Amino acid sequence: MTDVLGLFNYWIVIVLMMTGFYIVIARHNLIKKLIGLSVFQVSVFLLYITIGVVDGGTAPIVAEGYAVYSNPLPSVLILTAIVVGVATIALGLALVVRIQEEYGTIEEDEIQARDHQA
Amino acid sequence: MFEHLAPLQVVVPLLASPVCALIRHRRTVHALTLLVTTLTFGISLMLSVQVAQGGVISYAMGGWAAPVGIEYRIDALTVLVLMIVSGIGALVMWYSHESLDIELPHGQYARFHVMYLLSLSGLLGIVITGDLFNVFVFLEISALSSYVLISLGRDRRALTAAYRYLIMGTIGATFILIGIGLMYMMTGTLNMADMAVRLRGVAETRTVLAAFGFLTIGIGIKMALFPFHLWLPNAYTYAPSVVTAFLAGTATKVAVYVLLRFSLSVYGVEFSFERMPLSAILMVLALVAMFSASLVAIFQQDVKRLLAYSSVAQIGYMVLGISFASVLGLTGGIVHMANHAVMKAMLFCALGCVVARIGSTHIDDMRGIGRDMPLTMGAFVVGGFSLIGVPGTAGFISKWYLVQAALASGYWPIAALILASSLLAVVYVWKVIEVAWFEAPPPGRRQVREAPLSMLVPLWLLVVATVWFGVDGELTSGLARRAAEALLGSGGAA
Amino acid sequence: MEGGTLLVVAVALPLAGALAVSLLGRWPNVREASSLATAAALFSVVCSILGRHQAGEPLEIELIEMLPGLSIAFEIEPLGMLFALVASGLWIVTTVYTIGYMRAHKEVNQTRFFTCFAVAIAATMGVALARNLLTLFLFYEALTLSTYPLVTHAGTREARDAGRVYLGILLTTSVLFLLFAIGWTYSLTGTLEFEPGGILRGHADPLMIGVLLALFAFGAGKAALMPFHGWLPAAMVAPTPVSALLHAVAVVKAGVFSILKIVVYIFGIELLAETAMSDWLVYVASFTIIAASLVALSKDNLKARLAYSTVSQLSYIVLGAALATSAGVLGGGMHIAMHAVGKITLFFVAGAIMVTLHKTEISDMRGIGRQMPITMACFGIGAISIIGLPPMGGSWSKWFLLLGTIDAGMLPVAAVLIVSSLLNIAYLMPVVARAFFAPLPQTDTAAGHVDAQGRGIQEAPLLCLIPICLTALGCLALFFYADAIYQLLKPMVTPMVTL
Repeated sequence: MTDVLGLFNYWIVIVLMMTGFYIVIARHNLIKKLIGLSVFQVSVFLLYITIGVVDGGTAPIVAEGYAVYSNPLPSVLILTAIVVGVATIALGLALVVRIQEEYGTIEEDEIQARDHQA
Repeated sequence: MFEHLAPLQVVVPLLASPVCALIRHRRTVHALTLLVTTLTFGISLMLSVQVAQGGVISYAMGGWAAPVGIEYRIDALTVLVLMIVSGIGALVMWYSHESLDIELPHGQYARFHVMYLLSLSGLLGIVITGDLFNVFVFLEISALSSYVLISLGRDRRALTAAYRYLIMGTIGATFILIGIGLMYMMTGTLNMADMAVRLRGVAETRTVLAAFGFLTIGIGIKMALFPFHLWLPNAYTYAPSVVTAFLAGTATKVAVYVLLRFSLSVYGVEFSFERMPLSAILMVLALVAMFSASLVAIFQQDVKRLLAYSSVAQIGYMVLGISFASVLGLTGGIVHMANHAVMKAMLFCALGCVVARIGSTHIDDMRGIGRDMPLTMGAFVVGGFSLIGVPGTAGFISKWYLVQAALASGYWPIAALILASSLLAVVYVWKVIEVAWFEAPPPGRRQVREAPLSMLVPLWLLVVATVWFGVDGELTSGLARRAAEALLGSGGAA
Repeated sequence: MEGGTLLVVAVALPLAGALAVSLLGRWPNVREASSLATAAALFSVVCSILGRHQAGEPLEIELIEMLPGLSIAFEIEPLGMLFALVASGLWIVTTVYTIGYMRAHKEVNQTRFFTCFAVAIAATMGVALARNLLTLFLFYEALTLSTYPLVTHAGTREARDAGRVYLGILLTTSVLFLLFAIGWTYSLTGTLEFEPGGILRGHADPLMIGVLLALFAFGAGKAALMPFHGWLPAAMVAPTPVSALLHAVAVVKAGVFSILKIVVYIFGIELLAETAMSDWLVYVASFTIIAASLVALSKDNLKARLAYSTVSQLSYIVLGAALATSAGVLGGGMHIAMHAVGKITLFFVAGAIMVTLHKTEISDMRGIGRQMPITMACFGIGAISIIGLPPMGGSWSKWFLLLGTIDAGMLPVAAVLIVSSLLNIAYLMPVVARAFFAPLPQTDTAAGHVDAQGRGIQEAPLLCLIPICLTALGCLALFFYADAIYQLLKPMVTPMVTL
């Protein structure tokens, strides 16, 4: 039982990951896909950050009286990854704006229909 | 200065990129990019000389020693891929002048160069780094900039192609990130060499196996391995010709490099190919890619799309070579990386010349163009021969190694299949050749001149390279064999 | 000049000639002179190579290492020497003929034609002089690709479709079978060099040898073994000079030359004789001989009939190789020369008839012997050589092949050879007979050509006539010089002193 509850962070990661992935695949709206992608990426961020926590450790800032610190490296890595994620979503949204200008719609099936007509 | 060549390889294009964003004047931007890409190629040549003389180079970024700091690690395989990427990057940029004037939408000139340099530095960074997370960062840098590059095509479908590539590419990169995270969890390090050592104790845990799976799929998406190749045909077809030429010669090859690094240098050949069924999986997927993509290519009406599917098939060859996990097989896969980069870049450059003159790559529009543009289509013919594997061209060398590897491993049916799929290449190459020379030009097309000299010279340099690598096969295959032997001898998990 | 360099010159000279021709296109006479000069120069180079070879000088050169342990290399050995002589000698004659033909026919794209022709000859030289299978394969493929523009010269839909058949069959066989066999040989033995006595002894069990032989024999698609012979009749859509030199001499001979060379220097005659693994090839070749002759009988188009005759005659050479006896191999080698000279005469005549009288069907050729007596007489001479009767050269090669069948103890195959000669008479002699003994039709309306003067002599253009006479005389001369060829080829089958 403690195994299940003790690993709650992983469960959340899995739920978020699958939710995000499902949205990307199943939704036709381009912005919704990006939202799914974002959720997917967030799940991975949580994976990294939560594995950095050390039992009984404190925040990784050197201070008097503390011996055990949590691992700062994953958080640092994720800072980079968050930036990458932001850039990706920003770029994706910019593409969606341009697609809207060119096609007049952001539904994937309508876009395909218009391409077939042309 | 020469001790710091390794980071300079990445830093030079990386810094030049935002500088291009600040410059308004078109000619200056282009000249700067030309200078930077040529310089980058020069650096990679110097690095290869250093590796040839001194063995593996290890450079600690910022003076922080590995495994705490980020390490740049350069061995035989690294310099081979560095030279390919920077060489194609420079040559395509020299080629691009007229093509960009014709194909880029108004106002995107500077942006193109910014993204080009970013993409180049990202690709170089992936290859040169010895730190796994660094690979992810550079992977995303190159990927994001290539999404932008692709979206710069004239056709509005370039936008949807870029969007789809973005979605699929990000999923792939995120899978790789998951894999890296799981590996970090189990080994506590991000340095590839260090991880190989630490992997020995934990290789059998479910986490490591799961990480292996995530990494393979993620890299497969980036590599356009069947069935993850769905983003490639549209992306290559609708991007500007220069972009396609550049990406076709570099992006997927770098992904193959990452596959080699993590499956062999990090995990080690026993784990990846014997404990895990990577050999069988890659072999099957590669064979399916070779045949299905070639078959689809035959029925394409747009020559650019035809070549894109051909690329998917050729990646199949590379992966097939890797799946044998022998020195011969790896040599074949690595040599094909080099050869395919040169020949595909050349083919797409030739198509770019065609676009510059007639504005289309649809096969009906290309009727009779061989008579008007003999030099351009002559280059296309040589590239086609190389795809088929005619002796005297680079493609033959790759095919030879792959067939030898198959026979040496006892898989003679696969050797027959490799040769049979080359025949499919004959069909789709000859389809274009026949249309270019046998058909009458479509009514209404005015007399077409040959492509401008600024495009022809780099194009024919690539032709010369294709033939040179085909005749002096030892040049590339010698380097590839050293790389293959080094890869098979390294790696930790047993 | 260094002996080895001379070999390189033999291959490089036609290439240089091709370049010269392509640049001189604007001045036809200079261009033609350049072609002729190159052909003459090449023949003299080959003759000087012959001289050195006869003097016992070993001639070989390694050019570049393409793959580890595998280089592009040339050397001279008896069979290659013969092939080089035949090809280069007949090139001069064909060039003269082609000039006459192209001008009489007012062909377009002549520069492209002469350029590709020269490149094809260079490739042929490369095949003849190859020292290992890799070099052979390289030039073999170059030959296929360089003759494609020649076959499809007309640029019509028909030419394009014929080109597809041509390329399809030749590339499929060479990639799927020949390259596979070469790769397999390398992985078995670690080398691809042509060695007297073969390189496969001890590396492969009998069944593997049989399979390898099949791959090589069918892989050399240019040898037109059935069922991969379809490209030859398809290639007849090409202008007659192409059919004459390339498809009676260079291309097809490259195919059978390859098979013969591989049998002698990769497998070794003794190995094949011991394991009896070439018997099946004897049957396949015999079948092709008879079947192709029967098809030739049914063809009314002269070029088509000659094409199938070539398919049949090529299998003579394959038969000679498959018999795995010295006499058979020597007979096959001699037939390379005999058939080349005989067949080229026949094709030259076919082209001359077309260019002068605009006739292609045999049924239209009644009485043309009266209009073109010299031409048709030469046809008769060539026909006798192909049939294999004295005093023409073809009789000698047939003799040795018969000896070979007796040596191998395969008397039914001797019967095949004799039946085939009868069939040759049946499909070649009627052409001559019809030309000389049938009366001229009253009004000659074939192809709308009305012979206003009636019965006057209307010979082929001089530039065509001279080569025809030369090659016909060659058929006769070869009868008397057969011994020289025999002596040239004999070292090929002399048992090596083993250590």
